Amino acid sequence: MHDTKIKPSDEVERHTLTVLVDNEAGVLARVVGLFSGRGYNIESLTVAEVDPISRTSRITIVTSGTPAVIEQIENQLRRLVPTHKVTNWSSQKAGIEREMALIKVSGSGDKRVEALRMADAFRARPVDTTHASFVFEITGAPGKIDSFIDLMRPLGLVEVSRTGVAAISRGPEAM
Amino acid sequence: MDKDDTQTLEAAAETLTGAQMVIRALKDQGVTHLFGYPGGAVLPIYDALFKANDITHVLVRHEQGAVHAAEGYARSTGKPGVVLVTSGPGATNAVTGLTDALMDSIPLVVLTGQVPTHLIGTDAFQECDTVGITRPCTKHNWLVKNVNDLSRVLHEAFDIATTGRPGPVVVDIPKDVQFQSGDYHGPQAIHHRTYRPKTDPDQAAIVKAVEMMAAAKRPIIYSGGGIINSGPEASKLLRELVDLTGFPITSTLMGLGAFPASRPEWMGLVGMHGTWEANHAMHDCDLMICLGARFDDRVTGKVSSFSPGSKKIHLDIDASQINKIVHVDLGIVADAAKALREIIRVWKAQKHKVQTEALKAWWKQIDTWRQKKSLSYRNSDRLIKPQYAIDRLYALTRDKGEVYITTEVGQHQMWAAQRFHFEEPNRWMTSGGLGTMGYGLPAAVGVQMAHPDALVIDIAGEASVQMTMQEMSTAMQYDLPIKIFILNNEYMGMVRQWQEILHGGRYSHSYSEALPDFVKMAEAFGCIGLRAERPDELDDKIKQMLSVRKPVLFDCRVDPTENCYPMIPSGAAHNEMLLSPDDGGEISDAGKMLV
Repeated sequence: MHDTKIKPSDEVERHTLTVLVDNEAGVLARVVGLFSGRGYNIESLTVAEVDPISRTSRITIVTSGTPAVIEQIENQLRRLVPTHKVTNWSSQKAGIEREMALIKVSGSGDKRVEALRMADAFRARPVDTTHASFVFEITGAPGKIDSFIDLMRPLGLVEVSRTGVAAISRGPEAM
Repeated sequence: MDKDDTQTLEAAAETLTGAQMVIRALKDQGVTHLFGYPGGAVLPIYDALFKANDITHVLVRHEQGAVHAAEGYARSTGKPGVVLVTSGPGATNAVTGLTDALMDSIPLVVLTGQVPTHLIGTDAFQECDTVGITRPCTKHNWLVKNVNDLSRVLHEAFDIATTGRPGPVVVDIPKDVQFQSGDYHGPQAIHHRTYRPKTDPDQAAIVKAVEMMAAAKRPIIYSGGGIINSGPEASKLLRELVDLTGFPITSTLMGLGAFPASRPEWMGLVGMHGTWEANHAMHDCDLMICLGARFDDRVTGKVSSFSPGSKKIHLDIDASQINKIVHVDLGIVADAAKALREIIRVWKAQKHKVQTEALKAWWKQIDTWRQKKSLSYRNSDRLIKPQYAIDRLYALTRDKGEVYITTEVGQHQMWAAQRFHFEEPNRWMTSGGLGTMGYGLPAAVGVQMAHPDALVIDIAGEASVQMTMQEMSTAMQYDLPIKIFILNNEYMGMVRQWQEILHGGRYSHSYSEALPDFVKMAEAFGCIGLRAERPDELDDKIKQMLSVRKPVLFDCRVDPTENCYPMIPSGAAHNEMLLSPDDGGEISDAGKMLV
């Protein structure tokens, strides 16, 4: 009988999860502690209060694991007492994911011109300019930001600050 | 006073100090017993307690003892155990008990004092980050900085500890909050913003489960502590389900007593030290019905070889347990009693019948496994065998009415689980998940507080019992006639057994050197000390122990080399059990890596 059973895949997948929680003291520590205590990965984490009246915070986590591990992560997050809702954008619902990054590039001459030209192509905006450097602001899907950073590397990349992913559902409904 | 009565009924806010609120909330929650230890940061609460006549405070000798006592109280009554300890070391000493209660799903409300709010974060005397330290070992915890939040938090604490999957909670209360006055609201005003445990089963899942059960040719019920935590009704329904189907049943360590050991469908304990028949039936079944258990590694053995040919139904109140270790075919997230009631109702309503012929053949197979008599041992007329000691203890206490057994952790615990048979739930208190040596003695204190006239026995080992030995003093103070039955083999027996099997007999630091004289120690505490060294004196000594209404330390000197069998070696499957030392038992390198 076991031969015919569909075995859950062992392949590691990347998933984006959003957790709506009560913004009470220590709630982020509960979420982060859950990940570290049970050995789950956090690739990025974004958190802010989104409704000051009902005092709810929205935590968006990009994590990776086998489908079984992802299922566990969702269940464990739901088990936390201050959790209102957990949504998995990668497997359940169509969502939009965006990330913002500030990217500092220094250089002169051709490299500087090339950096500015690339930034224009990626719709990255210079938000600080000196004779020797730019700070670009770029918004997009995480993959797009990765590509932009790769392109900046030979052109004098100094440092990167990324916000982590924010996600929201498509269409009129809430998560 | 009489004029105000109507107002109280309407749950109008009353003005109380934080300390008074704590006592008032305990009364409103029906708390009658409190296990604790005073200290600087809880003095206002102890002051309020001084004037409270209807709560019995049990002064322990160490905060770990308070938490284990509260666990024993909770497990034997089904009510939450309540603990009151001070800040800093009071809180850190409670951590082992909290983790133990979390692992075994025991409802506890633990109140800790904290330094005054203006000192938090300054490394003040007896300050520690209690909510930080206890976050991973509680179901939930709170630091209450505003006295007007206190009554709500306290009632939420009781609600969260006792509903859904039960567990321990901590409420950390700074000393200045205990002094301040604020509004007190009763429990009826509580409506939690997010916490909604799911207890009603999904109807489609119930129907599917019943169909799977009706089609099963080689079924097995694998029940666990969830049945006991659900309450006595779940145990009754479990019996009814077995009446209805005639399915064989085994149980985890935590689930013992939910199904009567005297019934023919009972196959004994499952898992690492479970019976031959239970483990082989688990391996060979075509339908596993897991009711309130969690596929712990002590049950499954090697997961990849765990019951490879079966379909599996898993009932659990905690959704995160489904598919955690073992992928199941049908998960039911619900309270055990509610789900069992529905399963029975649907089974009857749809007039289901079992596969009679197949079931007959299955029972025949089970009976051949039973012929192995896997719990048998070679007795001796010279040395007391630990198995013999448990057998005699069981035989001589069968007519004693209500008998509650607690245990420490190790070989004695496994022998007790195998050989001390239970007919009712809530009679067996043991540290299953965490495996806390030192659990049993304070747990017995808590059980005896709740059941003053019952016979309460801690089946102990000489190493474990020394970890919380100081609670004998508590037993004396409260006149608790607990019996500490020590299987003294002069070794940390389970460590010694593993060193023998896995580490070439190199008994590294597992010998109980410089043991105290337990009889003299009993006398020093003011209780009774007894010792048995030969099999022929054992019965008389046990009878002597049972005849006194005082705490007894019983030093039962047993064969120091006896190992606990049967045993599934680490990394092996259920059908690779060892029955005796003669079975050899090659442990794979992978197995050696496991705990």
